[in-house]
Amino acid sequence: MTTSLMSDIYMFVLAILVGYEVITKVPSTLHTPLMSASNAIHGIVIIGAIITASQARTTAGYVLAFVAAFFAAMNVAGGYSLTDRMLQMFRKRPGRAGRDGGSGQPEELS
Amino acid sequence: MNAISIAVALAYLLAAAGFVVALHLMNSPATARLGSRLSWLGMIVAVVAALVSVIRDATITTTGWIVFIAGAAAGGTVGLIMARRVKMTDVLQVVSIFNAVGGGAAALVAAGDFVGLAGGAGRPTWVMIATVLDVIIGPVTFSGSLVAAGKLQGWVSSRPVVFPGARPVTAALAVIGVGASCYLLAGHDSIPVLILVTCSALGFGVTMAMPIGGADIPVVVALLNAFTGIAVAMAGFVIGNGALIIGGALVGASGGILTVLMARAMNRSVLGVVMGGFGTGDSGPAAGPAGGPGVSIRRISAEDAAIQLAYASKVIIVPGYGLAAAQAQHEAAELTAVLQEHAMVFFAIHPVAGRMPGHMNVLLAEANVPYEDLKEMDAANPEFPTADVVLVVGANDVTNPAARRPGNPVSGMPILNVDQARSVIVIKRSMGHGYAGIDNELYTDPKTGMFFADAKTGLAWPRSSRRSRPWCPADTGAQDPFSCGGRSRAGRSPATRPPRRAAADGRAHEGRARRPPGAAPTTPGRSL
Repeated sequence: MTTSLMSDIYMFVLAILVGYEVITKVPSTLHTPLMSASNAIHGIVIIGAIITASQARTTAGYVLAFVAAFFAAMNVAGGYSLTDRMLQMFRKRPGRAGRDGGSGQPEELS
Repeated sequence: MNAISIAVALAYLLAAAGFVVALHLMNSPATARLGSRLSWLGMIVAVVAALVSVIRDATITTTGWIVFIAGAAAGGTVGLIMARRVKMTDVLQVVSIFNAVGGGAAALVAAGDFVGLAGGAGRPTWVMIATVLDVIIGPVTFSGSLVAAGKLQGWVSSRPVVFPGARPVTAALAVIGVGASCYLLAGHDSIPVLILVTCSALGFGVTMAMPIGGADIPVVVALLNAFTGIAVAMAGFVIGNGALIIGGALVGASGGILTVLMARAMNRSVLGVVMGGFGTGDSGPAAGPAGGPGVSIRRISAEDAAIQLAYASKVIIVPGYGLAAAQAQHEAAELTAVLQEHAMVFFAIHPVAGRMPGHMNVLLAEANVPYEDLKEMDAANPEFPTADVVLVVGANDVTNPAARRPGNPVSGMPILNVDQARSVIVIKRSMGHGYAGIDNELYTDPKTGMFFADAKTGLAWPRSSRRSRPWCPADTGAQDPFSCGGRSRAGRSPATRPPRRAAADGRAHEGRARRPPGAAPTTPGRSL
């Protein structure tokens, strides 16, 4: 029991430090997508919803499991979809990036 | 540990590693999308692993399956629809709502665990601590984020709302919540007390978010995002799942850093934001272009501004919230494309341009401005002294040179050094104040010309003034509104021109139309 608690605390603290290190390197250009991306990551709570559903035996338990599943799925699906929608708009200057596919047509057109 | 347990544990580890690498890839716009997909992949692996382990244990009832699948399908659909439909200017509201439901889910997972095991053989104190923290942090995040989203959307007044007795109510809720939590921690398994804690936390979230002004809300959303991360990590402690602990801790750290960075860029302390006060609401409708008596400003017309831009070889555009509010990002992109025919043009983005850091970048990216044309404050500031024209569109406090002097509300705030440019054009609806509520010394600078218009009309002038083109001889068939025949800006090196034009042409032919028809000045080889 104590060992598992200790390893959980280790994980928690180290993950906070890793998160700090990784995030400080993100330029402010990407802070809005970053907020959305980290928002999507805490959708991992859907695993918690699965486990809640697996333990539910009473009406109250089922209601909790349903709402938890609803919330968590909304968080995951919406978070990732919104992040991807934002990031797909960030594009390089086409003149330089055009070489890797899709550049044949514009040349024909002009 | 049998093979399946090991596989499940490794899958969780893989997912956690995926999240870390994904966040690492977010440090460049070129790799960010790959990172987002990697994170998505990690999420799928983790969910599959959880489902496998639940099936293996065979503890879940048929009703449990139905409840979970129905809930997840419904919630996922709602989330997808919201994410697909939202306009990019309103993106922060939706992030806030997703954040609210994440926090709510974390609290429900802890509550579900508590309800499921209530009356059973007690549980370790540390599980109880995590449960109690979860049913406090989760509901605070839930109600606080919803109020924040409501304020951003305009459903709730964006002004600081302070109702009589707000502070005593907040304090009372805190006391009830803490007292009830202590009762639970003392080893009493009481579901009503757990509900009491949850309700007081929900109320606390509302009374915490209501007094915060519209300008500060983005900082609060980032802070609540960090809270959700911590709540999810606590849920991980409750159900003993490492993936939740790591995912939650990563988000907690990232949300915390974002909060601090945003508060710093806005010249606010995090504590000051949460306690409310200085945060003013959105500035009201424009009061007309007249400045106060004694303020000498130089007004310029659209033609003056167009001529100034036509003869500039280096133009920096400084967009602010006014540009987003007027939905003028497409006009800004068009103008940039036109100017890039003859000048070096880029956007200088202050960290809090738009609703929050990076929001302006998203809006301009949506208008197809390549991210190489967007420079952050630190990269842009050394460029101002050599800029011929700086075009300030709907930005105010972030350009105020008064920030370099102590003793005023913007003192110490990082600013863009617009005042160092050779000339400045400010497009603004009125002489109204920014959030700091003080006069902007940039506007009274003799080299600044004020062009009073809303950002959308102001930026659309290239199209309208192309028809008149007062500086062009009538017979030139020039496509480029700023260069006509031999009268285009002198001193340009012809050698630097072809690559720039090629780039512009490539852009013009891209799948999505960059400019509305009739406004395409980039026909190859004809404009000179």
